[in-house]
Order: sequence, then C-alpha cells, then structure tokens
Amino acid sequence: MVNGSDLMETKEQILSYLEEVYDPEVPVLSVVDLGIVRKVEIDSEGTLITITPTYTGCPAMNVIEDDIRAKLKEKGVSNFNIKTILSPAWTTDWISEAGKQKLKDYGIAPPEKSSPDLSLIGNHKKTIKCPRCGSTDTEMKSFFGSTACKALYVCNNCKEPFDYFKCI
Amino acid sequence: MSDKNAVNDALFNYLLWLGDNSLVSGHRLSEWCGHGPVLEEDIALTNIALDLIGQSRLYLTYAGEVEGKGRSEDDIAYLRDVMFFKNSILVEQLNGDFGMTIMRQFLFTVFNYHLQTALLTSTDERIRSIAEKAIKETTYHLRHCSDWVIRLGDGTEESHKRLQDAINILWMFTDDLFETTEADKLLITEKIAPELKGIKDKWTTTIKEVLGEATITIPEDSYMMKGGRRGIHTEHLGFLLAELQFMQRAYPGAKW
Repeated sequence: MVNGSDLMETKEQILSYLEEVYDPEVPVLSVVDLGIVRKVEIDSEGTLITITPTYTGCPAMNVIEDDIRAKLKEKGVSNFNIKTILSPAWTTDWISEAGKQKLKDYGIAPPEKSSPDLSLIGNHKKTIKCPRCGSTDTEMKSFFGSTACKALYVCNNCKEPFDYFKCI
Repeated sequence: MSDKNAVNDALFNYLLWLGDNSLVSGHRLSEWCGHGPVLEEDIALTNIALDLIGQSRLYLTYAGEVEGKGRSEDDIAYLRDVMFFKNSILVEQLNGDFGMTIMRQFLFTVFNYHLQTALLTSTDERIRSIAEKAIKETTYHLRHCSDWVIRLGDGTEESHKRLQDAINILWMFTDDLFETTEADKLLITEKIAPELKGIKDKWTTTIKEVLGEATITIPEDSYMMKGGRRGIHTEHLGFLLAELQFMQRAYPGAKW
C-alpha cells in the first residue's frame, strides 16, 4: 500500500500520467493536449486536479473523470481530488500544438486559430485544409459532426469527407 | 434577512425558467433523432439538443443548490409536475414539419442568444460562468437556424410557404419568452438578471434582419398567449414530460 503523503509525486509526474489519459471520442488526444486539464496543484493535503468541459452537454466528461481516477490509481497516486470548473470557458485555442498535429495525423482538420468566427448571416467561411491531401478546395457540409466539437467537411479535390475540429 | 430570502427565492425561480427553457427545447429536438430530413441535419439537431440539455443541467443543478433542499438536477427535471415547469410555451410546441421546427428554434435561439449574452455581465458569478460556456454553443445554434430560415424562406415556393405557415402559427407564443414576474425586479435591482425589455428589442432587430433576408413576413400582433413562467402551459407539455419523466416515475431512482 503506497501512502500518498510519504511518496509525493511532482506536478510534472502527475501531468505525465495525465498525458496517458485519452479523450474517449478523439482517442489520439490526451486530456492535457486538449486543454481539459487546467491545473495541477500539490500541497500537504494532496493533489488537486482542475478540469473543464469542452461543451456543456459533452457526454464524455464523466468518462474522462473516471479515466483520470483509474490512471492515477494505477500509478499509485491515492491522495487526489478532481474539481470541475466552467470559467474561463474552454476554447479550442487551448489545444496544444502537439495536439493539433496529432489531430491532423488522425484525419481531423485541427481548429483554426482563435475562437468565434461567426457572423449571423451571410458567407463567412474559413478556408479549411483537407487533412488528407492538403487541398484548400473544401466545402462545409454541416456545422455539426459526429460529436459536438466537430463540423463535417468534404474535400473537393480528393473527394474524401473529413471532420473539422471547430473553433469555440 | 427577509430581503435576502426574497432574492434567493426569485433566483431559484429564475434558474428554473432558464433551465426549463433549455430542457424542453432540447427534448423537442431530441425527438428528431433518427428522423432528420438528411443525415447531417439529424446529427445537427441532436447535437444542438445535447448542448441545450447540457446548459439545462448547469442551471437546474444551481437551482437545486439555491433552493437548499437537497434536490439534484435529476430530481428537478424528472420529478416535477407540469404546472411547476416555467419554460416559455413557445419551446414546448410540437415539432411539426422540419420548417416548423426550424422556425420555433430560430425564434427561441435568437432570444437565448441575446439573453445569455446579457447574463455574461450578471453580478452572480455562477450564472456568469454558465453563460460564458453557453454563449459559445448558442452562437453556433443561431448560425445554424438562421441559415436554414434563409435557405427555406428564400427557397422554393413550397419551402417558403411552409416557413411562413410556421411563423403564422407560432407568433402568438413569442411574447411569452419575455414575460416578466414581480420577483424579477429584485434580480434586476441586484443586476443578477437583465431587463427583458432590452432583450426583446435586440430579439426584434435580429429576427427582422434574418426574416427580411428570408423573405418571410412577420405576422401582425394579435392575441398573444402567455403563462409559461406561471405554470400555465399548452396541452403539449404534459405529453412531452410523460416521455421525459417516464423512467424515473416508473422506476424511481433507476440508474444505468
């Protein structure tokens, strides 16, 4: 039995463990890459991990919390708490550069820099590069894709449909 | 002290109103699951439903905490009778055809967008943080339904007619979105909630802009039905709740 208080992990160690916890819906991104983990604080009381949801209705949030618990237990960390906060609200800008590259390799076009890109009416389309062939001749099919965080695109060059991780 | 209780009570009812609007709206959209006109739209409507139910969870959880009787979001959503629901009667209206659903969502979403925007500066920190989250999603919802209103309204003769018929039917329920209660005044004084008069002005400007582009005529004001916040609903809400609440009513405390 490992007691959390006599074997304290460093913040870096905890973060490296969390790097092994993947988003259940985008299984190439860790919760650290995604920016879901906001803070890791360690004091004499133990470790406090602060997380934030991507979308209010994100069904993966409970799974993510369970996965974090399971991973830390597996690593022998016992004295920890997980806190969920809403503010500041999660934004796609928090996805790390490494995370964006992983998304692209996985076939999901990463979010363009900086959040709400929406005008209410009219054409306000961003150029999204096809993650497969790199063509910019792409077309949005729907703002809403296979999960809340993605939009559906199709590439006019290679004719493949793909997901775009949309900006919020 | 009694003042504080009065504000607390007003806040509780206000949060139920916010949560119920999103819950009922989200449930209606979830009824489209598997029935969307095209796959992309099926996915879009259910994605929006998920966002709205997510927003509702945050507001109803907070309502339960403000009430202080230990009720959870689930208790509030699943175990309240129809006359205790405070949502506007617009959002409980039947889905009808796709045009009817889009028009109903459009009229509500423009309202929700301007309301959540105003709540970003609420003096209540918790409301502010929920609104901060909700506004990002709601902006996408607004873009989605505005696009459809324009596409269908300025589309074929048939799609135009269906959308015009939809607004003609729904118009009488729109004023209920802006119904203010006595208790709201306390929240407005405390700057927890905005005045709905200002929200209505913004709503009117936005819908005129989009409906103008869509070549849809805004109906003349005639009889306006109201009462959602007082628990007076159309017959449709009871049937919706029967489905929404069935599991917890039949098998109290069921989990899976």
